[in-house]
Amino acid sequence: MQQLFTTLLTGLTLGMVYAAFALALVLIWRATRIVNFAQAPMAMLTTYVALVLIEAGYSYWLGFAAALLSGLVLGALVERFVIRYVDPRSEINPVILTLGLFIVLHALAALVFGARYRSFPAPFGLRGFQVGDTTIALTGFGIFTILSVLAVVVLLVLLFRYTDVGLKMRASAFNQEVARLLGVRVGRMLTLGWALAAVVGSLSGLLIAGGGLVHPSFMDGVVVYGFVAAVLGGLDSPVGAVAGGLILGLSLSLVSGYVGSQLVSLAALAILMAVLLVRPGGLFARVRERRV
Amino acid sequence: MATETSTETSAGQERPAHRRRRGGRLGAFLFATPLRRHLVLAVLAMVAVSVALESTDAFRNGQLAAMAYFGIAAGGLTVLVGLNGQISLGHGAFMAIGAYTAALMLRGENPLPLAVVLVAAAAVALAAGALVGVAAARLHGPYLAGATLALAVAVPGIPLHFSGVLGGEQGLTVRVPAVPDWFADAVFFVTGQDPGRSRYLGYVGWFCLVVTFVLLANLARGRVGRTWRAVRDNEVAAELAGIDLGRARVLAFVVSATCAGLAGGLLALSARIAAPSGFTLSLSLLLLSAIVLGGLGSLPGALVGAALLTFLPQLATTLGQDLGLSDVRAAELAPLAYGLVTMLVVLFAPSGIAGWVRRRRTSPSSSPVPSGRHET
Amino acid sequence: MLSVRDLTAGYGAVTALDGVSFDAAEGEITAVLGANGAGKSTLLRTISGLVRPSRGSVTLAGLDLGTVPVEGMAAVGLAHVPEGRGVITELTVEENLRLGALGRGGRVGAADLERAYSLFPILAQRYRASAHVLSGGERQMLVIARALLARPRVLLLDEPSLGLAPRIVVQIFELVQTLVRADGLTVVLVEQNARSALSIANRGVVLNLGRVVVSDEAAALAGNERLRHAYLGF
Repeated sequence: MQQLFTTLLTGLTLGMVYAAFALALVLIWRATRIVNFAQAPMAMLTTYVALVLIEAGYSYWLGFAAALLSGLVLGALVERFVIRYVDPRSEINPVILTLGLFIVLHALAALVFGARYRSFPAPFGLRGFQVGDTTIALTGFGIFTILSVLAVVVLLVLLFRYTDVGLKMRASAFNQEVARLLGVRVGRMLTLGWALAAVVGSLSGLLIAGGGLVHPSFMDGVVVYGFVAAVLGGLDSPVGAVAGGLILGLSLSLVSGYVGSQLVSLAALAILMAVLLVRPGGLFARVRERRV
Repeated sequence: MATETSTETSAGQERPAHRRRRGGRLGAFLFATPLRRHLVLAVLAMVAVSVALESTDAFRNGQLAAMAYFGIAAGGLTVLVGLNGQISLGHGAFMAIGAYTAALMLRGENPLPLAVVLVAAAAVALAAGALVGVAAARLHGPYLAGATLALAVAVPGIPLHFSGVLGGEQGLTVRVPAVPDWFADAVFFVTGQDPGRSRYLGYVGWFCLVVTFVLLANLARGRVGRTWRAVRDNEVAAELAGIDLGRARVLAFVVSATCAGLAGGLLALSARIAAPSGFTLSLSLLLLSAIVLGGLGSLPGALVGAALLTFLPQLATTLGQDLGLSDVRAAELAPLAYGLVTMLVVLFAPSGIAGWVRRRRTSPSSSPVPSGRHET
Repeated sequence: MLSVRDLTAGYGAVTALDGVSFDAAEGEITAVLGANGAGKSTLLRTISGLVRPSRGSVTLAGLDLGTVPVEGMAAVGLAHVPEGRGVITELTVEENLRLGALGRGGRVGAADLERAYSLFPILAQRYRASAHVLSGGERQMLVIARALLARPRVLLLDEPSLGLAPRIVVQIFELVQTLVRADGLTVVLVEQNARSALSIANRGVVLNLGRVVVSDEAAALAGNERLRHAYLGF
């Protein structure tokens, strides 16, 4: 019982991180119909930005803010100067392009920051809370993780539902031609969408790194989990991405706790295949089946 | 041997086509069908490889062996991506499967012959490829990419979990079987030297590569290849023409995975180890970039890509060291170059890659000429 | 108001428009008629910049539209309602309407929405609903209302009657006529349904294979039996 509770709490925390990463993928997918596999090394790079600042003696929060800001800039640059020029009609070219970017950013990080493992601080405690004489697997940093992802979700909902720029971004994502005819500068909205997605991705990088180790491939597994979470949620729906992240976090935590931690990625693969083959539109698909 | 073949080659080319059928002369016989042409090319290639292997040292022999297994994997991948229009970011996983199979089979006191081991490595990857391929055949574009990416990340976890059998983090060391006597005698007879193990593995690797490429080239030119291309170019038309889309796609995936398995077996022999760290996501991604660089869909292109994967790292690292970088950092210059060139190829020279994609996308309805880029 | 001169455009090797010229006078409805594939939609898409012409020009009140990007058309007073309605079904009715005013660069005033709702009461009832649930006629009203929120001088309407019941078509055409009378709007109306279009239009332009066959008063076109049989199908 105790172990199950611990496992579920760990899963909840992890699930929130996957949800954040899935959210980043979904934002980009909605805007440009591209799955940004390079999201992982992008988040890795921005985490290194934070690490460099923190190691130079600045506060954690300055590093945190700098990482998010550099994510914003990196996302915008990538969309404006790389993604903008890929033939959108091709299925494979955007995939290969983001993978090329994946390799480039990976190599760049190793070149600039070195390939060794470096520990990354956490702003809150990494010990579970004591209730009576049992320790709950919920840490200060875990609570911070959950709250910060929730905050991002709320901010995104507010942005998309209640602001003009959010409306323009959604219009650009759903129907570029109509949006352009109505005077929406679709190109700018896409750049903005990528920038915001990269901020959310950066947050997930910081949350994964907190209290752990950072190296150039530390996000490689997360891109898989984020993708699976996004597909669980239908790839098109931010709410679905969060739900998918939580479901995946809990499932993988159970696998890790009861089967073996090395098989977590295999379980993620199995879940992904099951969803794609049985419910291609995601767990919450209402409208139509679609081509996957 | 070499001179004889080349004279026959020129003789064959001079002969008028209609007389080839009689097949009275060797040259005419050799060039009568694509299969025979490929076989002649194969023999010539083997001769060239022997010269290269015999004239270089053990280190270069090792590099040539590496080029052979990269070439086999890239050849299989190029058939999948270039001819069938599917994508796989997970070929490193199939290489891992082949490598572990070979490593396990070579563990006993009296291991089976190398040929059996390599065939088994390919066969196990074939089975795994069939399993994945059946699922993959229903997926497209980013979904297929994501699923195979998950495969690439998941498979190295298996040996970590079953560390008792599969050696965990350290992996399995591979004992390279002794050079067979008949082979040593044959090489000694021609060159007057005893072949070392590196040279032996170079021969084995290139022999496998040549056999694989002959088979792939014949598949590509034949009915199966036409089916694959039809599916790639226009699924709807292919289906209307009576092609079973699922079967064509699964077959392409299986062929491709089998090549990767064979390549993995050879890799295990060359590296003398099968370990999870040898089959990271980077391997899969570099393979994909290799076939993009080499020109998608062409087997010679795959070989060019394999050569780049094999020889560029050393060049780039040396260059980096000259520029004052440490070893570890200089080693990152090669992937940096692959990644950059891959991106540039996709963006600015998509004729090779995108030529077929464009055909496929625009043929059903001639979409309007886009009015240039979005204003920002 | 809108002046099209020698407009030529195509898709790849196919020429869809070949030297088309006509004028749409201020406060009038100009119907562009012709069979399927005559180049009607391409004409509107070229005017609004979605297709770049290989030759010729379009001017709106003296302004050369060739230099205006698609995104800038709303700001210079050109609204284009594309074929197939162009409702963004993932948004709500009100969000679609707000988008119309946003594109102009302005903020959405309550007065703007008020006016749209008074013109199209049906939209007022469902303003929070997803546009997905609207019927074809309601969608057509929504896109016209949305286009009007940008306060255009010229409205390009592409096949507004497509797939609608005759009763609804009459309703929508009457509405367009009202708007033109009330606001002095200039309308270019592309239609397959030539009879209905000519009943509200001031002038008509008949296209065939990308060329102007004839351009005349609407009444004259409707009265020309030979022309009607050959190109207008009624």
